[in-house]
Amino acid sequence: MTNSSPAGPIIALFAAIGRIAVGWLAAVGRTALFGVQTLRRGLTPPYYPNKLFEQLAHIGWFSLPVVGLTAVFTGAALAQQTFTAGTRFNATSTVPAIVVIGIVRELGPVLVGLMVAGRVSSAMAAELGTMRVTEQLDALTTLRTDPYRYLIAPRLLACVIALPLMVLVANAIGIFGGYLIAVYKLGFNATGYLRVTRQFLEWSDFGMALVKAGVFGFFIALMGCYHGFRAGGGAAGVGEATRDAVVSAFILILVSNLLITVMAFG
Amino acid sequence: MSAVPKIELDGLSKAFGANRVLDGVSLAIAPGESLTVIGQSGSGKSVMLKCILGLIRPDAGSIRIDGEDITRLSERDMARVRAKFGMLFQGGALFDSLPVWRNVTFALTRGRNRSAARMKAIAEENLEKVGLGRQVLNLRPSELSGGMQKRVALARAIAPRPEIIFFDEPTTGLDPIRADVINDLITSLVEDLGATAVTITHDMASARKIAHRVAMLYQGEIIWCGPRDQLYESGNPYVDQFVQGRADGPIR
Ligand SMILES: Nc1ncnc2c1ncn2[C@@H]1O[C@H](COP(=O)(O)OP(=O)(O)OP(=O)(O)O)[C@@H](O)[C@H]1O
Ligand SMILES: [Mg+2]
Repeated sequence: MTNSSPAGPIIALFAAIGRIAVGWLAAVGRTALFGVQTLRRGLTPPYYPNKLFEQLAHIGWFSLPVVGLTAVFTGAALAQQTFTAGTRFNATSTVPAIVVIGIVRELGPVLVGLMVAGRVSSAMAAELGTMRVTEQLDALTTLRTDPYRYLIAPRLLACVIALPLMVLVANAIGIFGGYLIAVYKLGFNATGYLRVTRQFLEWSDFGMALVKAGVFGFFIALMGCYHGFRAGGGAAGVGEATRDAVVSAFILILVSNLLITVMAFG
Repeated sequence: MSAVPKIELDGLSKAFGANRVLDGVSLAIAPGESLTVIGQSGSGKSVMLKCILGLIRPDAGSIRIDGEDITRLSERDMARVRAKFGMLFQGGALFDSLPVWRNVTFALTRGRNRSAARMKAIAEENLEKVGLGRQVLNLRPSELSGGMQKRVALARAIAPRPEIIFFDEPTTGLDPIRADVINDLITSLVEDLGATAVTITHDMASARKIAHRVAMLYQGEIIWCGPRDQLYESGNPYVDQFVQGRADGPIR
């Protein structure tokens, strides 16, 4: 491409945009193919329940403390903010209502998703990436054990099971965090606060939170495994895989969260 | 030599981008034969073994195992064919999340929790063949020295007594005495168990001891293949330069 004709730079710009779009579409296609491959193989035997339990313990152990910590502080901060902003209105009922709705519908699932993505996607990408560059994945195949069934399917399933459980815990702890601030700092009446909380606690909201959590869990494991699996080029390649896993899991969580919210309430 | 070769490569080619690694490799290996492959670093020796194992898909050419063309097999059929193989990877490729005894018996358990006592006994028996004692059974690979890792990987490769065994640099990184134990082990697998062995090595002493035939890979092709006794009088300037380890010659 020469710049002698006036259209040159414009064509170059379109070409660049086209290349990026094609590269992006190719990545989406590869990821989808990887997901389909995992489901197709993971749903047929042999199954590895021992690996599933190992992953469940790993993910839960890894993440519960962080998740609890995040939830209690976020719930507390949310109560304080609502109170400050809402003193002009009828604060006594808005605080518990906003805390319970905000935590259950949005903050609980998203915060758990992001925290777990930061820890678990990166750990999975690093572990599988190391296995790739040290030829352990090749060794597994040579020893007639399918890496999709043995390594990836248990990780996906474990995340899809663990995330909803963690969101339940986070929701409870988050509501409790709001309650602590409201009752011990803002001077709310304890029984009144709990009564309003129960009033605004919808089972359908909990259902949506769990659906979101399951979807996030799927993306967290998919991104960790996909990027780890594709790692190449030694320690630097593993580092890149780790970073890409976390970034792409974050994006997928935020986008799918919005989509589910819009579908449910839009 | 029997009619059907155990392994037969015909015109095997593989390029990574512009890098043409294998460029028409043709080779036949008879059942019960021990072949050693020599060649410069980066000449594609490991890639050749990985193509045969179905880990790398070749661009062209065919691979026959016991007369069966395996180049276009489905993943399931390939798993059946892989039961014939054992492979020692160049870097060991031990599973670092599993203890030594689970590594050694992985071909038998294939990732499931089989009876630990029996598996440990099998692991111990195979470790003994590579000169390692029971004290390593419960260690993690990261707790072993490089040479010990190599020997554990070797034990893992031979544990299921495969018909065909590939050794990618089995003696690299071992002291001369250990190396000779491994040479004897490979010889006995071939002589006593009738295995077919392909060994990649840079160790000429080892090549002379274990090989029936030696093949040299250069610029993507087998440029020489002959009985090990002729290795030093091959009359091929490339082979001569390589086995004598001279810096000057046709290979630069
Ligand atoms: N997965 C891969 N992707 C891209 N290039 C590769 C890959 N595997 C091997 N190569 C290239 O193929 C060539 C041959 O590699 P190979 O590992 O077979 O060498 P080798 O003969 O085993 O060398 P050495 O004696 O050092 O082990 C090298 O140039 C290497 O860069
Ligand atoms: Mg090699």
